[in-house]
Amino acid sequence: MSKSIPCRKAFTNKLIELAAGNQDIIVVTSDARGSVTLNEYADKYPEQFVEVGIAEQNEVGIAAGIASFGKQVFVCAPACFLSARSLEQIKVDVVYSKNNVKIVGISGGISYGALGFTHQSLHDIAVMRTFPDLAVILPADRFQTEAVTEWLAKADCPAYVRVGRAAVPDVYSKADGSFTLGKANILKNGSDVTAIAAGEMVAKALAAADMLFSKGISVRVLDMHTIKPLDRDAIVAAARETGAIVTLEEHSIFGGLGAAVAEVAAEEYPVPMRILGIPDEIPVEGEAVDVFRHYGLTPGGIAGEIQKLITRKK
Amino acid sequence: MDTLTYLKKKSAEIRLNLLEMIYQAKSGHTGGALSSVDILTVLYYAVMNITPDNPKNPSRDRFVMSKGHSVEGVYNILADKGFFDKSELRNFSKFKSRLIGHPSVKVPGIELNTGALGHGLSCSVGMALAAKKYVKEVRVYCLMGDGEQAEGSVWEAGMAASNYKLDNLTAVIDRNYLQISGNTEDVMRLDSLTDKWKAFGWEVMEVDGHNIEQLLEVLEKPRIPDKPTILIAKTTKGKGVTYMEDMAKWHHGVPTEEQYKQAVDEIKKYIRELDDHE
Repeated sequence: MSKSIPCRKAFTNKLIELAAGNQDIIVVTSDARGSVTLNEYADKYPEQFVEVGIAEQNEVGIAAGIASFGKQVFVCAPACFLSARSLEQIKVDVVYSKNNVKIVGISGGISYGALGFTHQSLHDIAVMRTFPDLAVILPADRFQTEAVTEWLAKADCPAYVRVGRAAVPDVYSKADGSFTLGKANILKNGSDVTAIAAGEMVAKALAAADMLFSKGISVRVLDMHTIKPLDRDAIVAAARETGAIVTLEEHSIFGGLGAAVAEVAAEEYPVPMRILGIPDEIPVEGEAVDVFRHYGLTPGGIAGEIQKLITRKK
Repeated sequence: MDTLTYLKKKSAEIRLNLLEMIYQAKSGHTGGALSSVDILTVLYYAVMNITPDNPKNPSRDRFVMSKGHSVEGVYNILADKGFFDKSELRNFSKFKSRLIGHPSVKVPGIELNTGALGHGLSCSVGMALAAKKYVKEVRVYCLMGDGEQAEGSVWEAGMAASNYKLDNLTAVIDRNYLQISGNTEDVMRLDSLTDKWKAFGWEVMEVDGHNIEQLLEVLEKPRIPDKPTILIAKTTKGKGVTYMEDMAKWHHGVPTEEQYKQAVDEIKKYIRELDDHE
């Protein structure tokens, strides 16, 4: 775990590898080569790298134009800007015009916590998942990020991928088998309750499940890396087989993973649910770890919420 | 028939067709469609390398209608050129039709969905960048509105085009001085667009956007190496139908039966005059 690297670095490492034999891969960025960790890529493949300056709208529009030539275009910039400033370009130039652009938002959620609300993206899942045909993916760790990147380079649909800034604990031991689009991974089987997490909250869900195991509570843990297309079957199975669902996300409690899961559960198999994330307020500022603690998004805090949830089971 | 007369006549016919389409659909952006017809005619019938037989040919030239609301002329030209059957024009704006009020890639020959302003030039820059790298013979053309110039993203794209020395990119501004709320200079002053685009590093040419001869000459001129080109094409909103000319209310006005007949008579008279000159 100590040797882990941030998912954004896992992404660029893989991209460097993929671009070696593939001139059709193009990276577009907006003065974010440092933030994304693209310096090595830019040095190695200057012909496959487009810098647009601080202009995220133009960035996505240009990417769409390049993609219309049948190229695999990756737009890489902080998630906060891509998911807000260039939202209309994603909607119109990418999704509506059917241009195969991969939008990779780095340092998502509260990664930049101390930089304030401008730099947070707690709305991105909510907006992106309303766009038809746009895959929405949050990898859980470096290995899964690698697998997702490999998939992106081949996929013929547009996608929004969000990763965080700091290194996170490993969830997987290798990239192979860690990612199939739209298919949740059952990381731990359990019968009392299911924790459904996405992105870098998956490791916290596993840690909470471990804490509860010692208290005799059996928690199923699902890595819902793909928010869209959503694995409805896994959600229905969780509801039916464990009778309660808690969701965990580094996102507003509105419109994100929790809402997506609740939509399915409410229609197919309603069970007691708890949606854990950032509440409806401008988040407290600080390092991500402190912000998570403030909102109880720690293994201990999550375990406590799960215990409360279980008492609501019929 | 010489090229000039052919283009003038073609342009008038497209005007007639788009008016018919708007009149029967009872919907359309009439004024802007009429102001851009001559530019579109010269591009589609004389300048651009595109064929209906192979609308996805990788080496085709690309045209982006950034002022998507003036799509009526584009649909009529594409139908006339055989990209789809002319009878489909009757479905304009109808339920489930692919010929909707803004360009859609569902229609053969349309390169980009537009309608939200300020997007087309960025995508054109992307296309021109890709063309330079992968398909050198491709040229990219982008038609923008003048009201659209208030969108900040237009200038982001303008900066990038000159930064990347995109001499395979030609933009045209349909400069009719009218947007939906009135005169562009009253709504948000744009002049001097020429100075602004020069300052952004573009080769700027001021042209009469209804003078077919001048448009043809300028659009066929060899490009300045390493510089994108922009035409500030002075136009008249509603051009070709006297009572519509220079009237903001015709931005998306639909003629009554009487007005429609009057418009048709006027354009047919113009076509007869062209024929008499032959």
